[in-house]
Amino acid sequence: MIKAILIFNNHGKPRLSKFYEHYTEDTEQQIIRETFHLVSKRDENVCNFLEGGMLIGGSDNKLIYRHYATLYFVFCVDSSESELGILDLIQVFVETLDKCFENVCELDLIFHVDKVHNILAEMVMGGMVLETNMNEIITQVDAQNKMEKSEAGIAGAPARAVSAVKNMNLPEMPKNINIGDISIKVPNLPSFK
Amino acid sequence: MALKIVKGSIDRMFDKNLQDLVRGIRNHKEDEAKYISTCIDEIKQELKQDNIAVKANAVCKLTYLQMLGYDVSWAAFNIVEVMSSSKFTYKRIGYLAASQCFHEGTDVIMLTTNQIRKDLSSPNQYDTGVALTGLSCFVTPDLARDLANDIMTLMSHTKPYIRKKAVLIMYKVFLKYPESLRPAFPRLKEKLEDPDPGVQSAAVNVICELARRNPKNYLSLAPLFFKLMTSSTNNWVLIKIIKLFGALTPLEPRLGKKLIEPLTNLIHSTSAMSLLYECVNTVIAVLISLSSGMPNHSASIQLCVQKLRILIEDSDQNLKYLGLLAMSKILKTHPKSVQSHKDLILQCLDDKDESIRLRALDLLYGMVSKKNLMEIVKKLMLHVDKAEGTTYRDELLTKIIDICSQSNYQYITNFEWYISILVELTRLEGTRHGHLIASQMLDVAIRVKAIRVFAVAQMAMLLDNAHLLTGNMQRNGICEVLYAAAWICGEFSEHLEDPMQTLEAMLRPKVATLPGHIQAVYVQNAAKLFSTVLRKHEGSTDSQAAQETSQLLIERLPLFVQSANLEVQERASCILQLVKYIQKLQQKDVEVAEEVSALFAGELNPVAPKAQKKVPVPDGLDLDAWINEPPSESESEDEKPKAVFAKEEPKHSRPRHTEVDEKELARRREARKQEQANNPFYIKSSPSSQKVYQDAPGVEHIPVVQIDLSVPLKVPGLPMSDQYLKLEEERRQKEKADKKKKEKKKKREKHGKGKRADSGPESEEDITPAHHVDIVTEEMPENALPSDDDDKDPNDPHKALDIDLDNLLSGTNYRPLADSEKLPVRTHRSEALKSPVEEGDGEQIPQETKKRSSKEKKEKKKDKDKDRKKSKEEKKKKKKHKHDVDEDEPVELPSEEPVQLEDTSEVAAPPTSTSAEASDLDFWLSSAPVAPPTKEATTPDPAPSSGPETSLAAAPDSEADEPKDVEPEEAKSSKHKKKKQKKEKEKDEKKEKKKKRHHHHHHHGDGGGEDSVQNGTMEEEEPLPPMSNYCLLAENSYIKMVYDIQGNLQDGSQVVVSVIFENKSDSFLKSMEFNVLDSLNSKLQRPDGAGPHDGLVVPFQLPPGVSNEARFVFSVQSIVMPQKLKGTLTFIVKSEDSSTHEKLDFKLHFTCTSYLITTPCYSDAYAKLLESGDLKSSSLRLEGVNMPFHHLLARICFHHHFSVVERIDSCASMYSRSIQGHHVCLLVKTADQTVSIDAKCDEPSLLGNVLDEIKQTFSQC
Repeated sequence: MIKAILIFNNHGKPRLSKFYEHYTEDTEQQIIRETFHLVSKRDENVCNFLEGGMLIGGSDNKLIYRHYATLYFVFCVDSSESELGILDLIQVFVETLDKCFENVCELDLIFHVDKVHNILAEMVMGGMVLETNMNEIITQVDAQNKMEKSEAGIAGAPARAVSAVKNMNLPEMPKNINIGDISIKVPNLPSFK
Repeated sequence: MALKIVKGSIDRMFDKNLQDLVRGIRNHKEDEAKYISTCIDEIKQELKQDNIAVKANAVCKLTYLQMLGYDVSWAAFNIVEVMSSSKFTYKRIGYLAASQCFHEGTDVIMLTTNQIRKDLSSPNQYDTGVALTGLSCFVTPDLARDLANDIMTLMSHTKPYIRKKAVLIMYKVFLKYPESLRPAFPRLKEKLEDPDPGVQSAAVNVICELARRNPKNYLSLAPLFFKLMTSSTNNWVLIKIIKLFGALTPLEPRLGKKLIEPLTNLIHSTSAMSLLYECVNTVIAVLISLSSGMPNHSASIQLCVQKLRILIEDSDQNLKYLGLLAMSKILKTHPKSVQSHKDLILQCLDDKDESIRLRALDLLYGMVSKKNLMEIVKKLMLHVDKAEGTTYRDELLTKIIDICSQSNYQYITNFEWYISILVELTRLEGTRHGHLIASQMLDVAIRVKAIRVFAVAQMAMLLDNAHLLTGNMQRNGICEVLYAAAWICGEFSEHLEDPMQTLEAMLRPKVATLPGHIQAVYVQNAAKLFSTVLRKHEGSTDSQAAQETSQLLIERLPLFVQSANLEVQERASCILQLVKYIQKLQQKDVEVAEEVSALFAGELNPVAPKAQKKVPVPDGLDLDAWINEPPSESESEDEKPKAVFAKEEPKHSRPRHTEVDEKELARRREARKQEQANNPFYIKSSPSSQKVYQDAPGVEHIPVVQIDLSVPLKVPGLPMSDQYLKLEEERRQKEKADKKKKEKKKKREKHGKGKRADSGPESEEDITPAHHVDIVTEEMPENALPSDDDDKDPNDPHKALDIDLDNLLSGTNYRPLADSEKLPVRTHRSEALKSPVEEGDGEQIPQETKKRSSKEKKEKKKDKDKDRKKSKEEKKKKKKHKHDVDEDEPVELPSEEPVQLEDTSEVAAPPTSTSAEASDLDFWLSSAPVAPPTKEATTPDPAPSSGPETSLAAAPDSEADEPKDVEPEEAKSSKHKKKKQKKEKEKDEKKEKKKKRHHHHHHHGDGGGEDSVQNGTMEEEEPLPPMSNYCLLAENSYIKMVYDIQGNLQDGSQVVVSVIFENKSDSFLKSMEFNVLDSLNSKLQRPDGAGPHDGLVVPFQLPPGVSNEARFVFSVQSIVMPQKLKGTLTFIVKSEDSSTHEKLDFKLHFTCTSYLITTPCYSDAYAKLLESGDLKSSSLRLEGVNMPFHHLLARICFHHHFSVVERIDSCASMYSRSIQGHHVCLLVKTADQTVSIDAKCDEPSLLGNVLDEIKQTFSQC
């Protein structure tokens, strides 16, 4: 079982948190902080597993993480998951994000956390791995987005226009500021598929 | 209308959307909290609007804020509103928000049930998908119960997208609503072979999670998983399955043997490291489960270790880490194969990655031996010096201590060395583990008597140099060792060279800065030292020294008397007064040493840490019973609890309000001061106690030098552990030389219990300990309970999922889902109770009125029919087979269930206990290359001469599902059985017993008690005495018959009599014929064509000393009265030279109890039944029953086939049902040896007879 999935940046700012067990908001924040603390002080070329079991119930748990440019992707899992398998899953997740957002960067995650959630929901459900095939995930995500668009229809058009105008006026256009483009260098993982 | 929509969306565009919110937060970095609070206000406004789009937008923003740590539970209702939107866009937002912030405590969740059900059955697959995803995060027991059936339906949805989600979510449903597991399991199993790989993977996922917690219930799926493993190409699925096998192999060693080959192949062939690693892991698990003595597996071990070495040597840190992790698993069973890689592991200690270093440390733990302990610890000590971070250094420290102290100091040959290691460890600055070192010092000094002289000397030195340790004691946990040092010096002061000096060291003013509990030990042990000094000096003429000591104490102790710590203060003042008195006596030249040392006489023995827990509760002591009558509830609510120890001022108990005004506060403060002034236990507000003594005249100021401890210290005068290494080396050399001269020296090696046989490598016994060490074992209370009860967490949700699933799947022993186990289905209110016809073979437990929609009902019925059909088919198959076998005798069996004549102990298997499924598994396993025994028998083998009959009896069970040509194999495997090791047999039996749980037919003596407890769903208490239902039928010098009668679940007019025949003679018994004189009411079922007076042939022969069981079916008409049937057994006794015909008469007693069938009943159904008023009541009183209540219940459950419905303290309600459907309800109460049983039943005479039988049961014991 996967107990939690956390994404935060190099400064510990949460970009996505998904807990598959209930915690109060305060505990969640504390878990994120502590996880960041543990993960961030590790060197780049050390192993990606951490026995931070105390964080989320039980010493059975492990933190498995990957660091991409400005973001940490951390999965907290118990012993029923294969460590290397989860590492690959993170890779699949990031590659899927990359496909869905077209060259994903931290800002995509900042502004579209709901979309990230929707993508994640096609991969992991209730703490169990649902799908590992990237094409299948993308197909389902696209189909749902299409539905969303067709529902918005005419009524959605003005809102989109306004949103475009708003974006234009603001200096903070996601693609303008090139904060850490997550260029995914796929470390040659042993082939999984 | 259209205008309204456009207007709405125009309004909306000026609302902030999620992107605006995020942008806003980023632009307000300085006052983020303030900005967010204004946003939340806006959101609140938006939520008040009617437009669902606005609401959805607001909820979307809330989801983001929730991630930032803001509590959004106040919007739960709005989230439900958005969830129920008809548009997918909004629905998805709603479900996402719900999945992020709903939990079991959210009360609006109960409003969602219908909405979720609607979404689940939506024609749009994504509506369903989103609902399933959301539900997986916030499912509650209520939702699980209400929706289980809907989700189960979805498991067979046409779209694989829905199917895989439905399958996956079932795991969550099982967790919250364990009752759903049994009904859903067959379909879940089906999904393992779903054509869609995603669904298949989901099913594997769920079953793996289930099996991980309760592996034994899933053993029967092993063949299926094996098939999947050899056929699947999906690495995810493979990894899961292989992990599952890792969990299953410990339960079934034969499985492991089967696995080794395909796993080895995978290891060789796969390129995916993750798969390779899991394969290696499972092979290790297999090897652990197999007895290590098997020579042909050393190749597998070598392969694993080799592959792991490759992983560890890999430059990828992840692989290195995992390699070490797996290595530590091998270490436990095959230490030798790992020990050869010591170089590699020591090398990993230098790795820059802390995780890897820690793993390597774990491995070292198992690699030490007497020979290399010192060397390894020396390396570790070097690392301790080098280690930069304190966490890693602390880890090293604990590991050093763990390594040395493991298995009762097994590997330590020289305790002087160990003490000096401990002393060296005290140099660690800033460690948190001072107490650990301290407890080791205490443990060694107390338990190793020979080392005390040395230990005391070291400790005295530590005390003398205490200032070095405590340099900056605030942040220093290391001062804990002074606790140990002081205690050791005091307790074993007779070994001190110069007690006076130590005493002086313990009374230095600096001591007052130590933590209180350490000071207390100082004071107490100063007194012990004092007594030692007195005794030393009193004998001699030099009385001056003794008096000086007294003077020293009198001067120094006031320092402690002023301590803020109560313990220190109390001890110090006590001892101070004592010393003053002694001083007076000394001045009169009275000898006091004897009396003073008597104060501290007597040896302290080590007590095992678990000793207290293991003290058995004496008979007759009920720890849960009230000593006094419990206070009535109304009292405790209204009245304040009375202070037990002292009258409390009402002021204290009143909660302090924060809004009390300043004046009032001041007044109270004044009052409190006043009160404290009068209270002797308060220290007056004078300058702090420490200052007092520092300024006080007469206290010597010993200049204390603060030393910067960042540089590791060498405590002067302390021996370095290193020197022991050299000494040890020399000693061993010398010893070796000596040994050649005197061989007999060997005898002296074993010392104490602590020195067990060595498991270390190569002639470890050659190394003798340097000292004659006597490790005192820890004391345990007399008759301590031996069990090492590492109970599972009672709150573990998986405990509830420990459900036997085998009999659900099997044919012969199909236990239909009881009505109470069916998933609740909603119906329209008009629909009444289920018709009895539909209930078919199910128990007729009174049901709550169930609501269900006709459509769903149909669905469900279909399922049920399917299940039933399946089981029938299997039964038919079996029947058919029987025909094949028995062709020439025209035997038509009266029913499908308990076969007319069967024997339990035959070669094949006990008929009802081994389900077809289990025998499938056995068969599958037995075809493994090294085919081990398959089935167990409760008695030794019948003679080979029983050949043909044996295989006939064996066939029906084992072949229920197998093609016919299996038979020879089966017989072959049965031959293996004879060679089977006893151990394996026991194991199998245990497993079997678990399976048997639901079958009372098989309660043989010992197992019965436990089973009935499980059956009666009672909590675990004291172990029950063994019980057996078998009672004597008849006996003579040749044969003994015991029997038990059980009702037949399937047929209301049948009972099955199981008779165990035991051959007591030295001769062979054959041609046994069992005959009974039928009565009008009860008749023995004879094969068609047989006359009413013909006997039945017992289908086996008995060699000397062997016993065996046969079953006979009787048909009965009325079951309300007990009755007796006369019968005769005729048989031929065949000895070497002669054979005689013998007969034995018997009387079969059919009690009313034997017509009852243990039937579980839920308390609500039970209550309804009692309310219905159809039942006649009766009661019974039993005097002088002095057995624990749960024993009593267990007896009733076991002997009279009841089940416990509910138990509250010493009162329990129980239920049973007769084969003809009479309900029998009992209410059992107990108070001081009197048991009263109130009973209700719809048939008064049956009830009367059952009660009489219960009475008789208890009068017998």
